[in-house]
Amino acid sequence: MTSGEPLLPFSDSQPPKRIRRIGSFDCLCLDNSLALSNFDESRINSGEINEDQVKEEEEDDLAPLEFAFPWKPLKKPYRSGVRRQSYSADLRYHQPFPLACPTQVQKKLVWGSMELASGKISHSVPLVQSGTPYMVHDQSVKSQRVWRKSMQLEDNLFNEVDSRLIYIDDPRRTNEKYEFTGNEICTSKYTILTFLPKNLFIQFHRVAYLYFLAIAALNQLPPLAVFGRTVSLFPLLLVLAVTAVKDGYEDWRRHRSDCKENNREALVLQDGAFQPKRWKDIEAGEVVKIFADDTVPCDMILLSTSDISGIAYIQTMNLDGESNLKTRYARQETINTEFEGFSVSGMIRCEQPNRNIYEFTANMEFNGHKFPLTQSNIVLRGCQLKNTEWFIGVVVYAGQETKAMLNSATSPAKRSKLESYMNRETFWLSVFLFVMCFVVALGMGLWLVRHKEQLDSLPYYRKRYFTMGKEDSKPYKYYGIPMETFFSFLSSIIVFQIMIPISLYITMELVRLGQSYFMIEDKHMYDSASDSQFQCRSLNINEDLGQIRYIFSDKTGTLTENKMEFRRASIFGKDYGDPEHMVNLFQETSATASRGESVCRRKWMPKPEINVDSKLMNLLQSGSNNEEKQTAHNFFLTLAACNTVIPILDNDMETINYQGESPDEQALVSAASTYGYILCERTSGHIVIDVHGEKLRLEVLGLHEFDSVCKRMSVVIKFPDSSVKVLVKGADSSMFSIITKDIESGDGFWHETQDHLIQYSLQGLRTLVIATRDLTAAELEEWQCKYEDASTSLTERVVKLRQTAALIESKLSLLGATAIEDKLQEGVPETIESLRQAGIKVWVLTGDKQETAISIGLSCKLLTTDMQRIVINGTSEAECRNLLADAKVKYGVNGRNGNLKSIIDAESNCSRLSCDISSCEKLHMDAFEKKVTSSLALVIDGTSLVYILEKDLAWELFDLATACRVVLCCRVAPLQKAGIVDLIKSRTDDMTLAIGDGANDVSMIQMADVGVGLCGQEGRQAVMASDFAMGQFRFLERLLLVHGHWNYQRIAYLVLYNFYRNAVFVLMLFWYILCTAFSTTSALTDWSSVLYSVIYTSVPTVIVGVYDKDLSHKTLLQYPKLYGVGHRHEAYNMRLFWITMVDTLWQSLVLFYVPLLTYREGTIDIWSLGSLWTIAVVVLVNMHLAMDIHCWAVITHAAIWGSIIIAYACMVIVDSIPILPNYWTIYHLAGSPEYWITILLIIVIGILPRLLFKVVHQLFWPSDIQIAREAEILKQPSYDQPTAK
Amino acid sequence: MADRGGTGSGGGGGQGALETAKKSRKPKYSRFSQQELPACKPILTPGWVITTFISIGVVFIPIGLASLFASQRVTEIVYQYDSDCIPPEFSDDSVEFIKSDKTNKTCTRTITVPKQMKSPIYVYYQLNNFYQNHRRYVKSRDDKQLWRKEDETSSQECKPEDFTANGQPIVPCGLIAWSLFNDTYKFRVNDKVLEVNKKNIAWSSDRDHKFGSDVYPKNFQSGTLIGGGKLNSSIPLNQQEDLIVWMRPAALPTFRKLYGKIETDLEANDKINIVIENNYNTYSFGGKKKLVLSTTSWMGGKNDFLGLAYLTVGGLCLFLAISFILVYVLKPRPLGDPSYLSWNRNAAGILN
Repeated sequence: MTSGEPLLPFSDSQPPKRIRRIGSFDCLCLDNSLALSNFDESRINSGEINEDQVKEEEEDDLAPLEFAFPWKPLKKPYRSGVRRQSYSADLRYHQPFPLACPTQVQKKLVWGSMELASGKISHSVPLVQSGTPYMVHDQSVKSQRVWRKSMQLEDNLFNEVDSRLIYIDDPRRTNEKYEFTGNEICTSKYTILTFLPKNLFIQFHRVAYLYFLAIAALNQLPPLAVFGRTVSLFPLLLVLAVTAVKDGYEDWRRHRSDCKENNREALVLQDGAFQPKRWKDIEAGEVVKIFADDTVPCDMILLSTSDISGIAYIQTMNLDGESNLKTRYARQETINTEFEGFSVSGMIRCEQPNRNIYEFTANMEFNGHKFPLTQSNIVLRGCQLKNTEWFIGVVVYAGQETKAMLNSATSPAKRSKLESYMNRETFWLSVFLFVMCFVVALGMGLWLVRHKEQLDSLPYYRKRYFTMGKEDSKPYKYYGIPMETFFSFLSSIIVFQIMIPISLYITMELVRLGQSYFMIEDKHMYDSASDSQFQCRSLNINEDLGQIRYIFSDKTGTLTENKMEFRRASIFGKDYGDPEHMVNLFQETSATASRGESVCRRKWMPKPEINVDSKLMNLLQSGSNNEEKQTAHNFFLTLAACNTVIPILDNDMETINYQGESPDEQALVSAASTYGYILCERTSGHIVIDVHGEKLRLEVLGLHEFDSVCKRMSVVIKFPDSSVKVLVKGADSSMFSIITKDIESGDGFWHETQDHLIQYSLQGLRTLVIATRDLTAAELEEWQCKYEDASTSLTERVVKLRQTAALIESKLSLLGATAIEDKLQEGVPETIESLRQAGIKVWVLTGDKQETAISIGLSCKLLTTDMQRIVINGTSEAECRNLLADAKVKYGVNGRNGNLKSIIDAESNCSRLSCDISSCEKLHMDAFEKKVTSSLALVIDGTSLVYILEKDLAWELFDLATACRVVLCCRVAPLQKAGIVDLIKSRTDDMTLAIGDGANDVSMIQMADVGVGLCGQEGRQAVMASDFAMGQFRFLERLLLVHGHWNYQRIAYLVLYNFYRNAVFVLMLFWYILCTAFSTTSALTDWSSVLYSVIYTSVPTVIVGVYDKDLSHKTLLQYPKLYGVGHRHEAYNMRLFWITMVDTLWQSLVLFYVPLLTYREGTIDIWSLGSLWTIAVVVLVNMHLAMDIHCWAVITHAAIWGSIIIAYACMVIVDSIPILPNYWTIYHLAGSPEYWITILLIIVIGILPRLLFKVVHQLFWPSDIQIAREAEILKQPSYDQPTAK
Repeated sequence: MADRGGTGSGGGGGQGALETAKKSRKPKYSRFSQQELPACKPILTPGWVITTFISIGVVFIPIGLASLFASQRVTEIVYQYDSDCIPPEFSDDSVEFIKSDKTNKTCTRTITVPKQMKSPIYVYYQLNNFYQNHRRYVKSRDDKQLWRKEDETSSQECKPEDFTANGQPIVPCGLIAWSLFNDTYKFRVNDKVLEVNKKNIAWSSDRDHKFGSDVYPKNFQSGTLIGGGKLNSSIPLNQQEDLIVWMRPAALPTFRKLYGKIETDLEANDKINIVIENNYNTYSFGGKKKLVLSTTSWMGGKNDFLGLAYLTVGGLCLFLAISFILVYVLKPRPLGDPSYLSWNRNAAGILN
């Protein structure tokens, strides 16, 4: 077993103990008050310490995986002072449960360390710092934030300080202090009264709006009134109003749905009878009766059901999206209770409301019995009752406190990388803004100083009154030169406000919304198998999809279908299931005939695709009773019994449907039934198995559910002949350590089985080891006693159960092993190949064994046989260090120097490698060598990762891994997955994408820049945490190469164009202000200034941002390398920004000087010139955009030309209002040819340099996109025809 | 691991989700949603590039020639009189001269017509260094007051020329009106008076819709500081065309405003005798005053800029077109040739 040394800062002699101690300390200290009430005080004595430590050491082997986590037990973030007990006291207190609860420990500890890393906890222990080198060393602040977000989820799990007491059928007493909420839900944010203030408050959380507001407020100051007061408020009011209407509408819909929900009715026990009551009036403690197909109104504990054994089937579709039925049980103690007409009394003590829908801990006192309640006894709001006539339950959580409601939060917002670059450029724009304002202010100051003497009487300035009245000689609107200068600075900010493209943020939101629409509607990303559309759950990172450099993929359910099929079995050392011997039961008529009756009575749903091995079948049906037959019998008995699958009889009673939460189990049970061991019935107390037509009723004494830490499950079965067996199945790593090697007794199929396991793994099959053991009466008694205790305890039940399981899960005798195939999803190899061509590195992170991982890697073309495999399998820090160093030397991977700067490009990296080699060896770099160095594959396992990620070896791994083409990580824990993502994310600027389908991928998905969830077999947690969700892995190709590329190109252009559009306008104003004695006059009317960015030029940007596409999807898929555009930041970078700015400067000068020179010494008035400028700038920016459009569809035409027409229309309207000073200007202008000729000249001169630049660039330095575009358009003229299907 | 939670929008409706789940979520196919609307995808082929440049050249050169020609045909006489019309004894104190009531401001000069000038000949005055576009100035007016008799109470904007000392509203109010230009010109050719037609010199829209026919000047120029011209208070504003012209502020600090039209032709070498009443004070801020007599063309006044610019741009484009033709002939790049793709070009650096 692995030892814990590297994890710990202490001397090597003690580490395991320390870990355990801290671990258990963590587990239990959560809940002192409850713990005290539950445990025998006498146990708490120091005398037990030694004994327990001994035990710990013995049990080291039992929890191998506890060490597989890189972040080691630290401590729990303490929430209240109550829990702050002295260290020693806690220690002693925990000794009775030395084997800490690994799952919780891991989770909590990691969270704990997070808290520490962020400096929140002052209660520090020396262990902490040394225990978190990983975090302390190089965790970026950013990633910590992500961590912390994902952590919030977990917090509630452990918040058990004070439990909640529910008195059955006594809501008044239950809610004595009015601390529980009613069942009325309110998902709406506003009421009519609070709408306005609250909505405004929320809206003004955006910096953009605050900027708007500040500018508008500035404009209200009398000396600064640059624009008319109402005009200056218009854009802000418009945006606010639009958003408010949208929010209001959404909220109104929420109100309606709330109202509908709240007014539904359910039968509630009132005055001794079940009477209908509206949902919103239901309270905690009340007893409710639910009928089939009804929706459950609140979280309830089952009391009794229509089923005698107390089973109820529920569908949790609304909660977690899983469509299979789940079983919930009423406790035996309560199922026979009569409710109507009787008074019932009982008390439930349960944990405080929390968000974890997969855990529930409580106990109940009922009629003098006290018993535990678990997850299997609670039915959550939103579930539907199925296949059960009715059930009666008592409400424990109502309304907002139900788990469903607590879970309705949105995933954390991510920000796209491009946006952060954009902010950098926005900074430059603010520098420009400041410089311009400064120039204006300075000019104003100097001008005033120069004309100081004349100011009183300058006809166009006149600072004084000369009216002989009381105001005589007072200055008018004049505050002294310094103040005037300052005001001039402020008013130039108002005039130049749109230099900071605040509207860009709003435009980007709209554009992303449009892009999401197209992604969602893409028929190529619709998965008909699961009827799942593409989902955009995050609207902020569309363009990041175009720049992904690393993909971290889960294996099971992501690369594979997660539809398990039983393939092979090794029983008694013999391998069955070789395709040669396989027979399809239903094609082989003779076999059917020979078994005659039994087949006719067959009740389960036949699955023709399961073939049986006739040899095995014959063995099972043979009359002999030798050891081999017995082993096979027990083997299949275990398959049928040791699971949590529920057989559901269909209505016609002909077939049995197996419903279970684990597809592996379903596959095993189906296999068992194919071989004649049909699981017919399962209740909490017994199971019925049809063994070749013979019904066998087995009593289930206890069941230890599958545990991701121990990686095994067991069930204790009492046979009709009163013999008791424990049946165990589990992962080989955890099983072989608890199986006795009975070599001396002769049945040495231990080795054969192991050989078979290796073979199976090589074929990419998932293996499980099956074992059993007879229990003696004494053992049984001891176990039963502990089991009872553990399963009724309210706290740390998982830990205690694990300890209890360890009692019987030992000295097992091996029966055999199973191998299940998890088929690759469609199109996976092709997708991976094309992603790789696109320059994306695909890393697979899996919990599977190394052999399985490698074989899957081979079958999905991730690994090829000609690749050099580097395998890192260290069991200590030193070993890992050596392995890494060796690998680096052997394959010539350079040190950190090259990589510190962040790996720029995989290609360049590889070429550098090969150059090194060639220079060393002074040989020509021949093709073979090139191939060798470029195709390194790194295989690393979770144990090594523990040592590597935690220590300074992370850099070494990073160097090595980034030099490899493929990285496979096997046996990794969920948090290690996140750690690996962070390994890359915190060290490079490259974008990372994590894709997964299960709960174990959630942390990885949240850590990565882009998280993609697959709607798979394993529920919807990954989807819930993801930014994008889809049905199949292969859609990733389209998502990245096509939509990612488009989105990136579109948003990048959009940003640059918006910078340009606003800057050119502002610069034009700026030049004019220099001609107005720095007085911030704008020649443009107020309305034109305001409408410019809101109406005149905004629509085309949105349309182009949403709809323009440079290349068709076919070309993009045909040349995956075009994706490199995003990697090289080709569409948006500093250089482009500066080029755009130079172009902007040129265009603004043209805009200003052409009319100036045309009309110099002319009669033109300020409004005519303003009108000319307005039209010129609108036409110019739209033509600029038109020149860059790749794809002119009808809507594009409409947007561009429409904008120009609308701009004209607005001018006409504004100029037709006699009271405005600019009345009739446009009519007057339009009559003069000079006007039109000037505009034409502005457009041509303005655009000419850009056109020239474009032409020359495309002629001499064509970009990849350009060439692909030419190829697409010129060589396939009918390309644009939609593929009619 | 706890569930991350429902979607943002699906907060309340557990039921809604179920209903939508029943029907297939397959996206409805439409050309729009698949981004496959028929579209024109322009690329810069050599043909397009050359055609574009040639056509710009072909369009621009004639326009340039035409406007240059038009501009050349315009005859313009510019006479700067601000310093000429100061008597020598006041040459050091021009401000004093212009402010004084007692000085004789009449000033007579003779200029020669260089070329024949066909009627109508427009008479402009040109001011320089006068910031009519100053923010304080542009805003200092009240359009309501100019249009409606009832709104004669002037607005805040008009300060400091809004009310007289005893609180009477000034019509027209504001700095623009207050600083009305008041030099006058009289012309004689060969001892015959040249009539200057001062009708219809303002925009008809201004006369008809901005300046009321029943609004009469009131209390105008009654303060201690006289800014400029006075108005005959018996003539309604819409007939005070000098005022209307002045009230359209110029866009630039050097500007011309129409004074009137001469509707007789002038022959070359005609001597025009000009009598200038030099009343307007530009001396205090160093502004120049010029008198301009000019004919017009279809392009407006005399300005070579447009013609030259058009010719330059047109010529440049033709030149570019020729250069591109040469480049395409000498160093052609086959369009859409995959061998130019970056990963094919520098294959040595790529190791896939």
